Amino acid sequence: MRTENQKAWFFVLPVLALVAFNALVPMMTVVNYSVQETFGNNQFFWEGLGWFEQILRSDRFQAALGRQFLFTALILIIEVPLGIIVALSMPRKGFWVPVCLVLMALPMLIPWNVVGSMWNIFTLPQIGLLGYFLNDVLGVNYDMTQQPISAWITVVVMDVWHWTSLVVLLCYAGLVSIPDAYYQAAKIDGASPWSVFRYIQLPKMKTVLTIAVLLRFMDSFNIYTEPFVLTGGGPGNSTTLLSIDLVKIALGQFDLGPAAAMSLIYFAITLLVSWVFYTLMTKDDAQ
Amino acid sequence: MAQIKLSNLRHSYFPTPKGPEDYALKEIDVTWRDGGAYALLGPSGCGKSTLLNIISGLLTPSEGQILFDGQDVTDLPPDRRNIAQVFQFPVIYDTMTVGENLAFPLKNRGVDSATIKRRVDEIAEMLDVADMLDIRASGLSPDNKQKISMGRGLVRDDVNAVMFDEPLTVIDPHLKWKLRSKLKELHQRVKATMIYVTHDQTEALTFADEVVVMQEGEVVQIGTPVELFERPQHTFVGHFIGSPGMNVLPCETNGDRAVFEGHEVILEGPTQGEGGRTDLGIRPEYVDFGDTGIPAHVTKVSDIGRHYVVSAMVGNTALKAVTEHDVPEPGSQVFLQFKPEHSRVYRDGWIATEERAQ
Repeated sequence: MRTENQKAWFFVLPVLALVAFNALVPMMTVVNYSVQETFGNNQFFWEGLGWFEQILRSDRFQAALGRQFLFTALILIIEVPLGIIVALSMPRKGFWVPVCLVLMALPMLIPWNVVGSMWNIFTLPQIGLLGYFLNDVLGVNYDMTQQPISAWITVVVMDVWHWTSLVVLLCYAGLVSIPDAYYQAAKIDGASPWSVFRYIQLPKMKTVLTIAVLLRFMDSFNIYTEPFVLTGGGPGNSTTLLSIDLVKIALGQFDLGPAAAMSLIYFAITLLVSWVFYTLMTKDDAQ
Repeated sequence: MAQIKLSNLRHSYFPTPKGPEDYALKEIDVTWRDGGAYALLGPSGCGKSTLLNIISGLLTPSEGQILFDGQDVTDLPPDRRNIAQVFQFPVIYDTMTVGENLAFPLKNRGVDSATIKRRVDEIAEMLDVADMLDIRASGLSPDNKQKISMGRGLVRDDVNAVMFDEPLTVIDPHLKWKLRSKLKELHQRVKATMIYVTHDQTEALTFADEVVVMQEGEVVQIGTPVELFERPQHTFVGHFIGSPGMNVLPCETNGDRAVFEGHEVILEGPTQGEGGRTDLGIRPEYVDFGDTGIPAHVTKVSDIGRHYVVSAMVGNTALKAVTEHDVPEPGSQVFLQFKPEHSRVYRDGWIATEERAQ
């Protein structure tokens, strides 16, 4: 019989207390709000799952959720391949390595609301450099404050500008860890550049790529600051993503019950999709 | 399969080498016959891996030519040279099965699938991995991985040469021996020219018909294991090969005698040349104990299993002797006798005595 030492659990206790204090307790207040109705004066009335039903059935939530999935899908479809391509074309050694790395890291160092303001000023029609250039020099009809399509393009391009670097840096880290012998063996085996990518580089990047996809999914799915500063969710509701809508309900209309229910649904979806991604991307390793 | 000739080969990692010290390889001129098994032996940094990469085409030499069967391949890329290389760390395509790994070089060259299957089965059987063909290669043990990377080289029937770059580094000691005999067996079956780079003398001497000993970018001696042991051309070879290595003892010369710590030693033959630093070279195996001879003081006796290594001092010079019985006590006085046919003088490191005609 093997006796197990259970004392190790005591070392986990402080972390557990910390997590309980900063995550579980606030979360439980949200759960508390999501099943009750309040009219102030600290008076609460039991509501059951009513708010959940109301949110899930509402056209407004479904539309925001649809926009959110569209946004995240676009972000992943653009940023992941682009990040891989940029990482592959970066130099592996020499003078340009640190230069490239610093240039890549720069966008990520800028605070989110500053990114939003920058792109707002940059793309405003007539005033902004890009807005002016597109409208008055190239003659393209572009106005992200009035046209939903222009607004969407701007929001997506802004995110690509801000966050592709993350994918690039993670992939680059995976690429430089491949020993030279692999490339030499591939050369001797007569492998084409595509085979080298498919059978050496991609498998070796897989772990970091899983992390990159998960991070980009969660961040883009929960995105708030940048589109809020850039478009404020407009024109109309066209760029009102889930978190922007949530803040409108919670702080604009002060509907705490529905907002709490929506937060929990939002959280559940993020968790579920992350789990699906993770399971799909790591299922080969288990064999 | 081919004869490999390296002609006036020099290589420097600097774009404009100034002196001989800038060269990783200085003046290599050797010919290796078709189907031979050769080992490149030398300490780390002696240029043996550089030489290997030049032969396989991963590096282009600064000067000189590489000829395969008389044909100049100096500027050909690795995949057009028809060589195979096994690296220090096993290179495996992780996402493929063992079978797909073995088939990969053939697939890349557009070989038809029936031939691929036949060759893969043949090689798998030769390497004892036939039962693993359908499993993922990433889960294999290091020795099996190394076998697969070897197999990827052997699967092509047009290979001119197979090169090994310290292939047993990551293999467990008890499997090293097995894999080494497998290599030897493979060499007899496929009859390809094989070049084996190592810093381990046992690996080199057991694998190769002929060993190329390198030091600081130069070939010091090429010879069979017996030649390297019996008549080292350079003190480096004498010291590097053998365990313990050859005794290198400072001496004066006097015709066919050497004077070492005031004692005369008879040499294998007359000494050539003049000046420079002279050393007496004698292997511990050829130092005997007797009733007369050079007086020495025993400092240490090590039992290393098959025999004893006796460390002794003659005057201020330390030397070693190997003996199987009649082991002296540490601290005792003994008389040493050097076998004349194995006593040689080296001038500035290079052999300076002539072999006496038999």
